[in-house]
Amino acid sequence: MSTLRLPQIGERALDLVMGIVEAPINGLERLMGRKRMPYLFLAPNLVLFGIFTFLPIAIAVGYAFTGGTELFVSDRPFVGFDNFRQLLECEDYLRPGSCRESLFWTAIWNTLWFVAFNVTATLLVALVTALILNRAIAARGFFRAIFFYPVLLSPVVIGLIWKWFLDRNGLLNALLQMLGVPPEIFLLEVGWSRFFVVVVSVWFHMGFYTLILLAGLQAIPRDLYEAAAIDAASPRRTLLRITLPLLGPNLMVVLILLMIRSVQIFDEAWVLTNGGGPGTANSFIVQYIYQMAFGSDLRLFGLASAASVLMGLVLLALTLVQLRLGRKMES
Amino acid sequence: MSAGLNPIAFVTRTRRQGRIDITDVLSWVWLIGGTLAVLIPVVWAGLSSLKPAAEITRFPPTFLPRAAVQQTVPGYEAPLSLWKVTIDGQQREMAMVRRIGLKAQMVDPKQPGPPVSVDVRDMSAVQRLTVATENYSDPLTRFDFLTFLKNSVFVTFVATLLTLIVNALAAFALSKYRFRGEKAIFVLIISTLMIPLTVVMVPAYLVVVGVGLVDNLWGIIIPTVASPTGVFLLRQYMLTIPDELIEAARVDAASEFRIFWRIILPLTAPALAVLAIFSVLWRWNDFLWPLIVLSSRDNFTLQVGLNAFQGEFSVQWHYILAMTFLSLLPVTLVFLFLQKYITTGIAGTGMK
Repeated sequence: MSTLRLPQIGERALDLVMGIVEAPINGLERLMGRKRMPYLFLAPNLVLFGIFTFLPIAIAVGYAFTGGTELFVSDRPFVGFDNFRQLLECEDYLRPGSCRESLFWTAIWNTLWFVAFNVTATLLVALVTALILNRAIAARGFFRAIFFYPVLLSPVVIGLIWKWFLDRNGLLNALLQMLGVPPEIFLLEVGWSRFFVVVVSVWFHMGFYTLILLAGLQAIPRDLYEAAAIDAASPRRTLLRITLPLLGPNLMVVLILLMIRSVQIFDEAWVLTNGGGPGTANSFIVQYIYQMAFGSDLRLFGLASAASVLMGLVLLALTLVQLRLGRKMES
Repeated sequence: MSAGLNPIAFVTRTRRQGRIDITDVLSWVWLIGGTLAVLIPVVWAGLSSLKPAAEITRFPPTFLPRAAVQQTVPGYEAPLSLWKVTIDGQQREMAMVRRIGLKAQMVDPKQPGPPVSVDVRDMSAVQRLTVATENYSDPLTRFDFLTFLKNSVFVTFVATLLTLIVNALAAFALSKYRFRGEKAIFVLIISTLMIPLTVVMVPAYLVVVGVGLVDNLWGIIIPTVASPTGVFLLRQYMLTIPDELIEAARVDAASEFRIFWRIILPLTAPALAVLAIFSVLWRWNDFLWPLIVLSSRDNFTLQVGLNAFQGEFSVQWHYILAMTFLSLLPVTLVFLFLQKYITTGIAGTGMK
């Protein structure tokens, strides 16, 4: 007994704890019978799901039809479609300034532009990287790991690292100075700040999509390429007739996933641009919802919920497309 | 026409033995360029976090953390900075007493005599490789970073433990029993995978206020413990465990719960490990939800604290970067040791 090793002590302690936990559960089993045990095992999960996932979903839609600054639904006056009207009333949708809720439309247009550029850039970079990594290349594991590393970092950390890199006294300006380019405060200039929000987003997420596309590429049967080689097919033909068609479903899934995630851009952009700056150049739709509800004591929960519902509908449509594609892929 | 210059050929060709063509070169340029693009901002922030406050905003910057050397000289109260000085064609190391316009008064630190006047054009600061450890120690002692760190560790650890237990139990029920409503419950759980936090942000906050968990660490732990991703991952894995094992245990009169934690749980270890890694990463990096729920500084997690800190001390980059690096370190270690698990886990489930 005196020569107990540490793992053994841990094991005994665990046995003791589990013995205490086990007793009442076994008692319940004798009471309820074995057939009803799965309900007991599911209970903690379902209770938490019910309170923190299903209840908010159920409330979400109703909330959008109430006004005032009170939090609880019972204290809030019913206002019908007022919130939606406030969001959607606009003389000219192309000019956010002419809308009743100009900030909302600025955020929508910013988000649309971001989605367009971010989806295109990420998809291209990830596809090229996956195609290269799929070749018989040395140190594939190393490169895959390097490209994947940023995916695991926190958006706050990424925002700060890039903020420092793009600082007036940062490395990018130092490198540009060596080339004789005058320094620039990138994040205070509308065009540059938008450009770098996309760059940072691609930098952050491309490893994830590369991984998915690489898995798809490796699932393409090798003998198809061998047959193409025997037929002396050109590389262009091999890419257009074999690789891309067989990767097609994967590409579509990645495309939709990218769109769903890009629409919800917030964390890293918020930190990088000091809350959507300069001005509202990088203020996106999730930031609008967050600011209406929680930012600076506005407490416009109804307006925020209405905007959430509108965004939710867009995401729902994209998700349904994704599900349909997924089903097609399986069959 | 040379196919090698064709951009499509560049990405599709496979390497041939004993021949290096342009596509190989371009591939390597892409991969090495990409590697640099990933590493340079991170390494640059890391090196900068070691620079003293006075050095960090120097432009153009030095790559390695260097700082002016200071030395106490007998007869002078404050430490004096060391300079390389050329006097009468001879190079000497001297300490600067004061500077007046284009002239500086210097003394020899070893034999301090009356100060000598030197033209500032003939001198340059002595710099040595120095690591400003105070960038790391100051925020941990003087500011609230130890609190933020403790909160983040607590949330990550407790939430991961609960996530594993709660979802493993549910997955066990959904994979090893046939009961009424089985399919409906599974579909209900999986369907919530599609609803992101950003859509239910406001009502979810309402619920947390309703159950009294606002501005409380449990308010960010509990709501996301029941994870549809977790249930799905563990259930799929448990389905591969043969039912005969369970039947045999029942013959030996084992209770259902004992079967769960003595047979099923140990056999599910690989899937549990993947879920644990993901849970740690999610919790450690989580930002939007803690930002909404937590309001007092004592409850901030590292990510929320870091964001608040950079808003308040926007010029104190030496502190900000040191804390950024401290928060990046555990994730990097997890990645270095468990890289294979993470990449295969993602490729297998498509989750993040």
